[in-house]
Amino acid sequence: MKGRKRITFGVVIFPGTNCDRDTYHAVEALGYRARYLWHVARGIPQDVQCVILPGGFSYGDYLRAGAIAKFARIMDAVTEFADRGGLVLGICNGFQILVESGLLPGALLQNVNLRFICEHVYILPQRFDTPFTCAIPEGRPLRIPIAHIQGRYTYGSQKEKTCALFCYCDRNGNITGDANPNGSEDNIAGIVAPGRLNVAGMMPHPERAAEIVLGSNDGAWIFRSVERWLS
Amino acid sequence: MAQKDINPRHKALCKALAMKEEEYWRLVRLLGREPTETELGMTAALWSEHCSYKSSRLHLRKFPRKSWRVLAGPGENAGAVDIGDGYAVVFKMESHNHPSFIEPFHGAATGVGGILRDIFAMGARPVALLDSLRFGNLDNSRMKYLVDGVVSGIAFYGNCVGVPTIGGETDFDPSYNGNILVNVMCVGVVKHERIQSARAEGPGNPVIYVGSKTGRDGIGGATMASEEFSDETEEKRPSVQIGDPFTEKLLIEACLEAYEKDLVVAVQDMGAAGLTSSSSEMAAKGGVGIELDLDRVPLREKGMNAVEIMISESQERMLIIGRKGEERRLIRLFKKWGLDAVVVGRVTDSGKIVVKHKGRVVADMPASILVDDAPLYRRPVKEPSYLHELREFDVFSLPEPRDLKNVFEKLLAWPGIASRQWVYRQYDHMVGTDTVVLPGSDAAVLRVKGIKQALGVTSDCTPRYCYLDPFTGGMQAVAEAARNLACVGAKPIGITDCLNFGNPEKPEVMWQFVKSIEGMSKALRYFQIPVVSGNVSFYNENEALGAAVHPTPTVGMVGIVEDVNKIVPAWFTEEEHAIILLGSPGEQLGGSLYLKVVHNLVAGEPPEVDLKAEKALQRTLRELLSRCLVSAVHDVSDGGLAIALAECSVASSDAVGFSVEVPVYLRADAALFGEVQARAVVACEPENTYDVMRIARKHGITARFLGTTGGRYLDFKGMFRISQKRARRIWAEAFERVLR
Repeated sequence: MKGRKRITFGVVIFPGTNCDRDTYHAVEALGYRARYLWHVARGIPQDVQCVILPGGFSYGDYLRAGAIAKFARIMDAVTEFADRGGLVLGICNGFQILVESGLLPGALLQNVNLRFICEHVYILPQRFDTPFTCAIPEGRPLRIPIAHIQGRYTYGSQKEKTCALFCYCDRNGNITGDANPNGSEDNIAGIVAPGRLNVAGMMPHPERAAEIVLGSNDGAWIFRSVERWLS
Repeated sequence: MAQKDINPRHKALCKALAMKEEEYWRLVRLLGREPTETELGMTAALWSEHCSYKSSRLHLRKFPRKSWRVLAGPGENAGAVDIGDGYAVVFKMESHNHPSFIEPFHGAATGVGGILRDIFAMGARPVALLDSLRFGNLDNSRMKYLVDGVVSGIAFYGNCVGVPTIGGETDFDPSYNGNILVNVMCVGVVKHERIQSARAEGPGNPVIYVGSKTGRDGIGGATMASEEFSDETEEKRPSVQIGDPFTEKLLIEACLEAYEKDLVVAVQDMGAAGLTSSSSEMAAKGGVGIELDLDRVPLREKGMNAVEIMISESQERMLIIGRKGEERRLIRLFKKWGLDAVVVGRVTDSGKIVVKHKGRVVADMPASILVDDAPLYRRPVKEPSYLHELREFDVFSLPEPRDLKNVFEKLLAWPGIASRQWVYRQYDHMVGTDTVVLPGSDAAVLRVKGIKQALGVTSDCTPRYCYLDPFTGGMQAVAEAARNLACVGAKPIGITDCLNFGNPEKPEVMWQFVKSIEGMSKALRYFQIPVVSGNVSFYNENEALGAAVHPTPTVGMVGIVEDVNKIVPAWFTEEEHAIILLGSPGEQLGGSLYLKVVHNLVAGEPPEVDLKAEKALQRTLRELLSRCLVSAVHDVSDGGLAIALAECSVASSDAVGFSVEVPVYLRADAALFGEVQARAVVACEPENTYDVMRIARKHGITARFLGTTGGRYLDFKGMFRISQKRARRIWAEAFERVLR
């Protein structure tokens, strides 16, 4: 796409990841470059400016989601990349992996109804000083789908180390109990760690809401924010 | 050879694998000798009804199977149909009824796994799943457990493997009390040049086993699917396999990569009858032989004998014919994905399946005996005696209900009408980012990345009609599927079918089967839609209940949508739009859901299926959509006009109410809830009314102005009205409530 700064997103594939192709497609459809990163890679390629851990069921997630993926070789490279200030976004299973590997605080528990939930929800960005939200107009709820069974965020003992990035809300942007699909504490849908805004995790799937033909392109704001942050 | 007594060990094996004595002697005759135990086990599995279609083959030939678009038809792992620009859609539907009744979670899960493998065995990437589920009465905890288990099993497998479940049916009838139906359809997309075949070729080529290790799970699965349920059914739990969607996901990616690198000559999944069916079918198709060394097959358990290894139905396994000299590349590729891949044999030019185990030859027989020489039965047919009385029943002798609103609410809360969100919310229906029309519409729509055309997909059947008149019911299943596709502007290009019936050895069941096929064929020929794949599931009956399920020929239909941007919702979103009924107003009650739910009756003549009117309606709908003349389209089916209109107001939180005048000539209940076919409701801007009517007339369809959209009520003027809020609540909450 003309006029867009050609940012390159790295999309990690673990065995069992199933949103890798969707994420790759969304990134390209929005006019950026994408490349796949295989789970045994020892480093993140030079040209990658933002690493995305996409959704899916890494290693089947027959144990706690993300519990095995954190041992994958590429996670050392991702950690190092993050420590150097590189942008890392975990989506759904990617968020679970970031939490399991300690790159983000808290934990993701089984949904309060104990079932998988797939539907469009609304989320409201909570801060706009991060690489993943800086281009989003303030006060604007985003319509983005969720699809998970372990998405109930809990702070555990790490509340002071957590910053809400997105909260589930209704279509008018009110953060209410009714708008909370999975029982997350404080309606949390996505987080960053304070003092380290370059690593974020979110349960909703922005790549599934990046083209209007799919019913919403609100997810594009997250990729646009990365672009603005890097320019 | 003189027919003496069967050797006792063989007799026991025949009994265990449900092989009839005459079939045993047929095998002896064909071989010219007594079979070995392994040969006997292999033959029994492959000659089972499930694998050989021995009762149905004669009749399946009546289906039309050709069109210029068909690239692969019945006989392949799945059908493939051209969709333009060098792409093809691959699809098939299969049943997993028996396993799901015994162990709902894994029964349904492995049903998903099996049909996925049929699709990627064709070279296609699976892009969607649909499931057509039929349960019994929800008044007992066992049935609720089955619903929960089946839905969770489908969710577990489909979600993990990353293929969206985008549609299907969930219906309830006491005829399924002792035998539920779980039919799963998978759709895949492939470029023409990547379509794979199941023809083994090239003597010397390696036979490569990939995927999970072989265990004792699922031994006799094909046999189980070829028997009625009885008291011993609970003992068959070990025949149900356990699904591992993670391994399946790896298999999909690894196989697609192997096809891309052109390392595969032929491939087939190890489904029913496992290693036996995959090796012998591929050999028979290619006119070659295959030699297998069972000592190389990766085993999960110790001490498995040759029969067990040959007919195990362990999941997530594929048999690949590779290229000589390229074995290592292929094995390395699978290793990259963390999968076992082992050369277990070679293609030969003998035409024989030769099996070695522990250094001994345990089977050595022509593949054609297994595949082509299965018995073929022309089973007797007889019209069931119940039919006459049921159809003669004068439905108009029933008293007209005093409170129509109450009837309306009852139907709206019927679990086969109420929102199935509880079900599809548990399925990832968006992964793949291709789902353009989500579950809850008349048909799901999938885009195909890279080309403009999209796919409309639906599955349909009305077993009530099939029970009362299988010929009409067969036609109706096809007509309704085509109508549902027309509601999203799709033009049908092919169907897959899953024919669920009782015990074919009973002439009444066979009669239902034959008539259904004839009805379907008539409609398919009229609409010029080929059958490209399918599955027959017999023996859907339970000894204890003494009756077969309602005949259920499920139709899975795929169509092409030229422009996804022109699709409109199946509900009213705009205020003050005109509501028009396309098709005859009519009053009819026979076979209706209303009779079943309110009067507890499945009786009368089912609605007539006028193929000419159906075709005209489909054309009208497609033209209206392509000219952007309408703002909502919804087909009229179960529950009649009243329920169709109601759905237009409750199906979405952004839907609006309506006010209509429903014409009544004889009886209000028949006008509101009768299920006259070939009908749809559309909404349009008032100034487009004339154009809509004109186009309908041009195609020979009656069009009638019913009223307008808008407001907060579902207002049936002169009869009753109900607030939209209340209607939506009833409809949205009913399903979960009955499950509680």
